Amino acid sequence: MSESMNSKLENRRDFLKASALVAGVAVGPGVLFYGIAHSRSPEEGASSKQRWGMLIDTTKCAVGCNDCVTACNTENGLSGKTGEQDSQWIRKLNIKHLQTGVEHNLPMLCQHCENPPCVDVCPTGASMKRADGIVLVDRHICIGCRYCMMACPYKARSFVHEPLTDQNPEVPRGKGCVESCTFCVQRVDRDETPACVEACTASGHQAMLFGDLNNPESDIAKAMKTVATTEVRADLGLNTGVRYQGI
Amino acid sequence: MANNICLNQKECGKSTGFWLLLTLGGLVMLGTLSAFFFLEHHGHIKTGMTNQIVWGLPHVFAVFLIVAASGVLNVASIGSVFGKMMYKARARLSALLALTILSGGLAVLVLDLGRPDRLIVAMTYYNFKSIFALNMIFYNGFFAIVGLYLLTMMDRKLKPWYKPIGMLAFLWRLALTTATGSIFGFLVARAGYNSALYAPMFIIYSFAYGLACFIVVQAAMYKWNDIEIDEAVLCRLKNLLATFVAAALYFTAVLHLTNMYFAKQWDFERFLLSDGGIYTLLFWGGQVMLGGFLPLFLIFSPGARKQPAILLIAALLVIIGGHAQMYVTIVGGQAFPLDMFPGYAESSSFFDGVVHAYSPSIWEVMLAVGGIATTFLITTVAVRVLKFLPEDAIKDISSKVGQH
Repeated sequence: MSESMNSKLENRRDFLKASALVAGVAVGPGVLFYGIAHSRSPEEGASSKQRWGMLIDTTKCAVGCNDCVTACNTENGLSGKTGEQDSQWIRKLNIKHLQTGVEHNLPMLCQHCENPPCVDVCPTGASMKRADGIVLVDRHICIGCRYCMMACPYKARSFVHEPLTDQNPEVPRGKGCVESCTFCVQRVDRDETPACVEACTASGHQAMLFGDLNNPESDIAKAMKTVATTEVRADLGLNTGVRYQGI
Repeated sequence: MANNICLNQKECGKSTGFWLLLTLGGLVMLGTLSAFFFLEHHGHIKTGMTNQIVWGLPHVFAVFLIVAASGVLNVASIGSVFGKMMYKARARLSALLALTILSGGLAVLVLDLGRPDRLIVAMTYYNFKSIFALNMIFYNGFFAIVGLYLLTMMDRKLKPWYKPIGMLAFLWRLALTTATGSIFGFLVARAGYNSALYAPMFIIYSFAYGLACFIVVQAAMYKWNDIEIDEAVLCRLKNLLATFVAAALYFTAVLHLTNMYFAKQWDFERFLLSDGGIYTLLFWGGQVMLGGFLPLFLIFSPGARKQPAILLIAALLVIIGGHAQMYVTIVGGQAFPLDMFPGYAESSSFFDGVVHAYSPSIWEVMLAVGGIATTFLITTVAVRVLKFLPEDAIKDISSKVGQH
């Protein structure tokens, strides 16, 4: 009787050992990769604790430099063509004061407003703002009505006029839908900076700074406490996530 | 006796003409569907629309029809809400046209979507802050309410409901046109829009365009049945059209005078009223002259009281002027560049700071006229199979038959 008890207990021990080993083998790499990747799981949504923003120093933005535009096109699979029907998520804008003639050079992109007019007017809710302030288009429910393009004060949105090939799998785009700068959300979710910012830094101009506006320790939050920044069309009260200095 | 009276085309036995009209409308519709499938396959790259002019000719025709649809119901509303017998006699035709014209307008809007295959998404996902989403509810409600309204006119058992549903339809149509005007009124960033005036102005426009459409269809039906319009009816309709056209001109004047008072709007007003090329020409020549002053001149000319043709020409001019107005409002409003940095001249690879060019392609034209074809086809079939002739015209025909 006691022998059979002992053998039963041993079997149970073996079973538990084997189970622990299998579980370890199964979960271990996952935990390891999670640690390496440092990114949020797809189930974990964006958090309103953060608000992503960008500070653009127009005094450092070089005339003729198009690196941010090229990097955006490469990252997001845009053709780079500049016809009237081609998509442009970011563009270099030259502004010249009508009286003094002073000129500024700056990249113009989706301003990721806190109160975005594109989101307000979208009939289906395809235009939406993530909890962390990034304004996106849900490609599954965009019907291509283009009302958001009528509403955007920055002409930041483009309509895909023709069928697309060779897309970046991380950045799905589609004929008949509206699209715009996503702050390279696929990179941001991996704790990287948008491609335009990376390219601007690599070129040595350092005109673009990206970070969490809500984090007082972030570079962007510190910079915005020390310099005067401008919101484009501040009169509209949209509280843009992209700010400019030097204008 | 009923067999001898020509109440509708079927009873008149004029089948050849009916099939001819149907073929004509069908051919235009075939062109529209071809254009739709072509654009669905190749994308909007085959249109003249761009990332600068995002709404083009299809929207001009579609919004005109939608605005006219709510306005054409006015004839029925004056009859049931305000109890005027002359209009009550025309209520059925008015309600029918409201339904058919709205069908035409919405058909074009849907066919021009980037993803028309996702119409079901538009019907199931609603962002209630969007005036566009609210419009979809208003359009669907309009079909239901006006459909019921028409039933109360046709079924004696439902007669007690005629007045309350008529009142509901009247209020609903005012809300609908308010919402249509607000599509433009709520665009905060563009100099050409962003005015609360758009809501009441579109209501007034709808009165004029809707009545003009009604007069044209009624004239065609009278001609078809070989009867003359009664002088008293003619007189009432022409005075009503004159009132609406004058009110439309008044609202247009107030909108631009308001803008001219605001320094920030001067550039836009200068563009539209003086330097805008095709838009300036269409504003003064199309909207104001052809669609405003000329119809008024014709209506008040000495012969107008006796000549139905003059009222018909005036109504056609109002319709032409209405399309010019929509072109100026929709395309002209987008052609003027966004002013992101007031006081600065802007330039970029994305056409900032320049007046945007637009020339519609043949595919767009074919798509745009599909709304008129849809309206035409449904109306032609409906007036053949059911009785939509104004009641006083039926009496007129009855007395004629009696004399013979």
